[in-house]
Amino acid sequence: MLEETKRQNLMGVLKVNFVRESLLAFRNRQSLVNPLVFFSIVIVLFPLGVSPEPSFLKPASIGLIWVTALLAMMLSLDHLFQLDYDDGSLEQLVLSAQPLYLIILVKTLTHWLLTGLPLILISPLFALMLHIDSQHLPTLLLTLLIGTPVISLIGGVGAALTVSLRSGGVLISLLVLPLTIPILIFGSGTVQASIDGLPISGHLAIMLLMLVLSITLAPFATAAALKMSVSN
Amino acid sequence: MEQPLLQIRHLTCERDDRDLFNDFDYKFSAGDIVQVEGENGSGKTTLLRILSGLYTSYQGDILYKGEPLSERSSEFQSDLLLIGHKLPIKSSLTVLENLRFLIGIKQTVNEKALFSALEAVGLKGYEYSLCQNLSAGQQRRVSLARLYISDARIWILDEIFTAIDLKGVTQLEALLQKKSTEGVMIIFTTHHKLSIPNLKTLCVNSLLTGNNHA
Repeated sequence: MLEETKRQNLMGVLKVNFVRESLLAFRNRQSLVNPLVFFSIVIVLFPLGVSPEPSFLKPASIGLIWVTALLAMMLSLDHLFQLDYDDGSLEQLVLSAQPLYLIILVKTLTHWLLTGLPLILISPLFALMLHIDSQHLPTLLLTLLIGTPVISLIGGVGAALTVSLRSGGVLISLLVLPLTIPILIFGSGTVQASIDGLPISGHLAIMLLMLVLSITLAPFATAAALKMSVSN
Repeated sequence: MEQPLLQIRHLTCERDDRDLFNDFDYKFSAGDIVQVEGENGSGKTTLLRILSGLYTSYQGDILYKGEPLSERSSEFQSDLLLIGHKLPIKSSLTVLENLRFLIGIKQTVNEKALFSALEAVGLKGYEYSLCQNLSAGQQRRVSLARLYISDARIWILDEIFTAIDLKGVTQLEALLQKKSTEGVMIIFTTHHKLSIPNLKTLCVNSLLTGNNHA
């Protein structure tokens, strides 16, 4: 009986967190639109600035999409815990008596749903604009679908570590970008392999491994960092 | 003797090279209503944060039901309501949404209870207003509405009377008194003069000299 009410409570806690994150994002639409605008502008300007020739764009396109997606997600990350830290909501979350791991997982995945998923959804448009053959689109989408949550989860650790600093934005990028390099390499590498006609199941397996690892480990690190940040 | 609900044992703590507490002992029992007094910067908030388990850079023990806090933290946390001096209110959410979150992370939400609590703090009719349109006192009342719903047995309240009008303060006093007779343990700080009969005071300024067992 006690166990059951505890579980109900846990589901309740996760639900209110999800609802609140989504409401906040939709009320402050800027945070929702910013990554998308950044993503679109960089990809549109790139051919104008360098060269619109298909012979140049085709090989550069996958890397461009991946790097831009990575940076667009980083942009929105520094606010992941900042506002909650400033107004004391974070203290309340830490003291909520439910596993902080799950609360953070929900918060981070909500962040991904609101920033990463929209990027994935508009990326086919830009992929076609950059002359990627449509038969490779599913692979591109699949790698983004596996890769962007990893960026959110790893970024969450950086955001939590720098939350009590006045200007943590630069530090986050410095901390997090090196950690996201593997997923960037494998993300674009998988699509490249598919274009070269090579089997991609091995690449995908490694990407999935990264996803599983970051789901299981990153929220622990984030939780520890947040506890440290509120305890001063 | 009955076991104290929360106990401070040999607490020593310094911040920025200043001793705040030195080998300090205190016992809180269920139903106690304790006002922590002291000048600005004397360590009231630090003491409350230590008691709620947030601040951990100290020597000594905080015992919850006779065992160290860190060993029973999950049980303690579900028993604890902390209202800090920061206001965990998001200006772009409505009054009801803010309260639903604050309650929802501690216990099961009962929609009816939310409405009646908002009525009790004088925010009836504001349920669907965005918090950015409320006054400072009203925003604080949103956070205080938790007091009417919470089923926690330990309340730690830091400066809850800030920006609350006189009538509101009287009302809160009555609530604290009622809750303490129901066995809720209340520790709070304020600079207001209160008229609560069974109020105990804990003066932080005198802790260094050791004569704190008034």
